[in-house]
Amino acid sequence: MTLQPSAFLEHPRLPLPANLSATRICADREQWLNCAETLRESGARLLTLWGADDRDRDGHFRIYAAYLGREGVLMVEHAMEAMVGPAYPSLAAIFPVAQRMQRAIHDLLGIAAEEGPGNEADTRGWLRHGGWPETLFPLCRDVDGSRQHPNVSAPYPFVTVEGSGVHEIAVGPVHAGTIEPGHFRFSVVGEKMLRLEARLGYTHKGVAKLFETMPQSSGHRLAARISGDSAVAFSWAYCAALESLAGTICPPRATLLRALALEHERLANHLGDLGALGNDAGFAFGLTHFSRLKEDLLRINSIAFGARYLLDYAIPGGVAVDFPARAPSLLLNLYSELETSVANLRSIYDEHAGLQDRFRGTGRLEQSIAGKLGAMGLVARASGIASDLRVDHPWPPYDRIATKCILQSTGDVAARVQVRFDEVYESLRFCRALLRQLPAGPIHALVPDVVPYQLGLGIIESWRGPVLISLETGPHGSIRRCHAHDSSWQNWPLIEYAVIGDIVPDFPLINKSFNLSYSGQDG
Amino acid sequence: MWNTLSRMWKTGLLTEQLPVLQPGLQAPLPERDHLQSQLLAVLGRALCIRHVDAGSCNGCELEIQALHNPYYNLEGAGIHFVASPRHADLLLVTGPVSVNMEDALRRTYDAIPAPKLVMAIGDCGACGGIFGTSYASRGGVANILPVNTTVNGCPPTPTAILRGILETVRPVLKKA
Repeated sequence: MTLQPSAFLEHPRLPLPANLSATRICADREQWLNCAETLRESGARLLTLWGADDRDRDGHFRIYAAYLGREGVLMVEHAMEAMVGPAYPSLAAIFPVAQRMQRAIHDLLGIAAEEGPGNEADTRGWLRHGGWPETLFPLCRDVDGSRQHPNVSAPYPFVTVEGSGVHEIAVGPVHAGTIEPGHFRFSVVGEKMLRLEARLGYTHKGVAKLFETMPQSSGHRLAARISGDSAVAFSWAYCAALESLAGTICPPRATLLRALALEHERLANHLGDLGALGNDAGFAFGLTHFSRLKEDLLRINSIAFGARYLLDYAIPGGVAVDFPARAPSLLLNLYSELETSVANLRSIYDEHAGLQDRFRGTGRLEQSIAGKLGAMGLVARASGIASDLRVDHPWPPYDRIATKCILQSTGDVAARVQVRFDEVYESLRFCRALLRQLPAGPIHALVPDVVPYQLGLGIIESWRGPVLISLETGPHGSIRRCHAHDSSWQNWPLIEYAVIGDIVPDFPLINKSFNLSYSGQDG
Repeated sequence: MWNTLSRMWKTGLLTEQLPVLQPGLQAPLPERDHLQSQLLAVLGRALCIRHVDAGSCNGCELEIQALHNPYYNLEGAGIHFVASPRHADLLLVTGPVSVNMEDALRRTYDAIPAPKLVMAIGDCGACGGIFGTSYASRGGVANILPVNTTVNGCPPTPTAILRGILETVRPVLKKA
């Protein structure tokens, strides 16, 4: 007899190496679903979903789900017999965000999500657009990932909206500006958007398969390049997973420097977005002034951290370069300058009637929808959902030096702008506190190779939302499986809700207010 | 409004000199106004660039966007990013070419009227970078399109990209 869901979850859980409180539990088919339902009722959110091919070890495929609850992260794993057409019960009815991840897992591993009665499975490819054969699953261990295949394009059936006066606008994958590729299909009446359906996967670069060819000691370099604007978050998440497995304690100076780098990444992105949001609403002055402030920050980055963008800063065991002696005074000057300038620009934004007219009420994401669909990070906080890993599940140094969770309730473009403004101030305050407490000492500790077949997690709150790395080790310091997740997976479907009823010219503004990663989602 | 004007007045002009073509040597075309007039003489208008992200991690995009900030002031030098390939003289490509972007990249290239120039930006654009070639990546841009110049870096700095653009158009300007 199957255990009752609650009883099953109360069974002793195995500890899971991670930078924050995490446990793991094994589930059979029924428990896999019951577990998801119980967790959903307790308010937990689905953080990510990934699969692995373990046929070489024990004849099974595995599916893993990581949930974020009040007590931390719970990883549920379910093993499937490797028969023809392996399948597991779909979570899409319980956590709608699972759907695209399940499609991606099928594209890479060939394991399918079975829908319950009354729900139709979406079998369209998500990452596979025709660049490799339908019967080839690149993440399977017996598939050579370095082999090239000819492109065979096939039509992708979008959901159509019918009715008098409805027509479609197709945009992408190549867009009008310097942005990443993706396809948006709008169904409109006049200028009003009735429906938006996004098709992503254009920048899929086979990151997961590539990890398996790398030694544990250099995986952080690839992690940093999953989404360049979140390089510190991803590389730190990778390092955190590896260090948790190896039992390495990162030196205090390196931990603080990593946090400083992460906050600089947040500042750089928020400053860039605030400018771009002004520009998308027709206020080019905003772009000019904010992009100037962002450039000031990047130039100081190259002195303090050795590069404008910190793709190779966090390394296993610590950080790559130490702070030069003059860095703290340069940074403090920069923070004062930023604080004054951002306050000045904020008052200009707030008092600009035309700008506020475009921001307010546009792209509204109600709290109820954001909650149901599992919104993450900045987008969730702008819709009144207090969710910030740095506050809810602080890892070092956020456990010692506290930061605040910034919240807005209206869920429109204006709210996402205000969250960014407030987070800039909070981040500057936090950076000053970090600098005051920065201890002397080494910046690097040795990380030994980890014994094979261990699994660890690294979870970091990037400027956009949580990023996760799940690292499973192989023999002789190799990586057996590494799964990377960006919170863009959660937030992309939300844009489709936020735009409903708005006009087409507001789409760039709404899209920018979310500013999600294509590359981070596509992998 | 007063606040806005006051900030403009206090900020003043921040635009810097164009980078020299080879670091350490004196520049053959250092002056912004000079470059602008040369481009005008050859093209009769601004140099038009179309950017395509063919699978980048978005790091290079951030540095290309930085070219528009007041320090580099690309538009002020007579170089303009355009929305349509039909208006472009130069195609700027970032990223390893993902298999899912291969067709779109080819079609964008085909849509640009001849004569056209192609630049590959970043280590990935130059040779595939860390992603190399795989079931999902075709590697560097040169595997798909004829490339005139490449700019290495991960990501390359705005100065390096700007220098790359100047080097790419130099042969055209020389003819003038």
